[in-house]
Amino acid sequence: MSRQLRVPDVKRINSELFTLTYGSLVAQLIKDFEDDEEVNKQLEKMGYNIGIRLIEEFLARTNTGKCQDLKETAEVISKVGFKMFLGITPTVTGWDAEGREFSLMFDENPLTEFVELPESHKQLRYSNILCGVLRGALQMIHMKVETEFVRDTLRGDDATEMRIRLLEILQDQAPPGED
Amino acid sequence: EVAESVFDFLHMEMVNYVQQSTPAGASHKDEVVYKLERIGFQTGQATIERCTKDVHRFKDQLDVIKFLCKEFWTLAYGKQIDNLRTNHRGVYVLQDNRFRVFANISNSKQFLENAAPYAAFACGMLRGALANLGIVSVVTADLGQTLPSYNQRVSRAK
Repeated sequence: MSRQLRVPDVKRINSELFTLTYGSLVAQLIKDFEDDEEVNKQLEKMGYNIGIRLIEEFLARTNTGKCQDLKETAEVISKVGFKMFLGITPTVTGWDAEGREFSLMFDENPLTEFVELPESHKQLRYSNILCGVLRGALQMIHMKVETEFVRDTLRGDDATEMRIRLLEILQDQAPPGED
Repeated sequence: EVAESVFDFLHMEMVNYVQQSTPAGASHKDEVVYKLERIGFQTGQATIERCTKDVHRFKDQLDVIKFLCKEFWTLAYGKQIDNLRTNHRGVYVLQDNRFRVFANISNSKQFLENAAPYAAFACGMLRGALANLGIVSVVTADLGQTLPSYNQRVSRAK
């Protein structure tokens, strides 16, 4: 890859407050829905709404041009996107033969810093908001994707892995609204 | 460390969620504020615990409030409270002349009413922080002026 990936300077805040705020929000959702699956869905939806706004900030600050292929997109997501917003760089891996699917491996995740899931919430996908953010952000740049946490250390897996699958490249159309 | 905008996005979406999940109508307006306040309360409680772990014991109540104005507010909103007033009988008015959450809201009178839910989280955070430091209080937002300036009234419950 010839392009230089540059992470823009942005104002930063202590991640603990962010982590704890997210925690309180998830707690509230659990109270509201009482069902893990519903909470997962709601988190994804909220992420989507964030994603469609966040991409604007991303494009405005980073000067990234068009990516040639999904491989390049994945690099930019990990090394610029995640680095700029959350201060982490998930590893891109697990490509399928056609190059339409890949995984992001999270060694660290500011969302789950102080979190342990109780037995009664084993179905909860705590970080599901990130799936939504990616789906929303990519939708705005004409990529329809499917995102899912296939493994999560919070649920007792040995790693945290998000799978991203490109479904189609969207043709020009009016931007979608909020979910 | 995370980008400031990430927290702002999350906050914005949180308000959005609570508004959507609460039935519309004037009678439910308080419910929205109440719920956001409660999320803030929990966050404040947890956050103050982490940011006071290496701090000396507070001398008195004013000392606690000062800590909140300086350290706590900076942690949350990137700047100190601009002005602190008190009647020395348990009422404190904290003023932030440029409250970050309001910075993106148009400052005409028209939107003052809609701004209330956006202040609820901050109120809850302060109340949660105070509660964890042993001060039971009532925290209200005073939006009676132009945004993004913002007053918070903290009164100790007797």
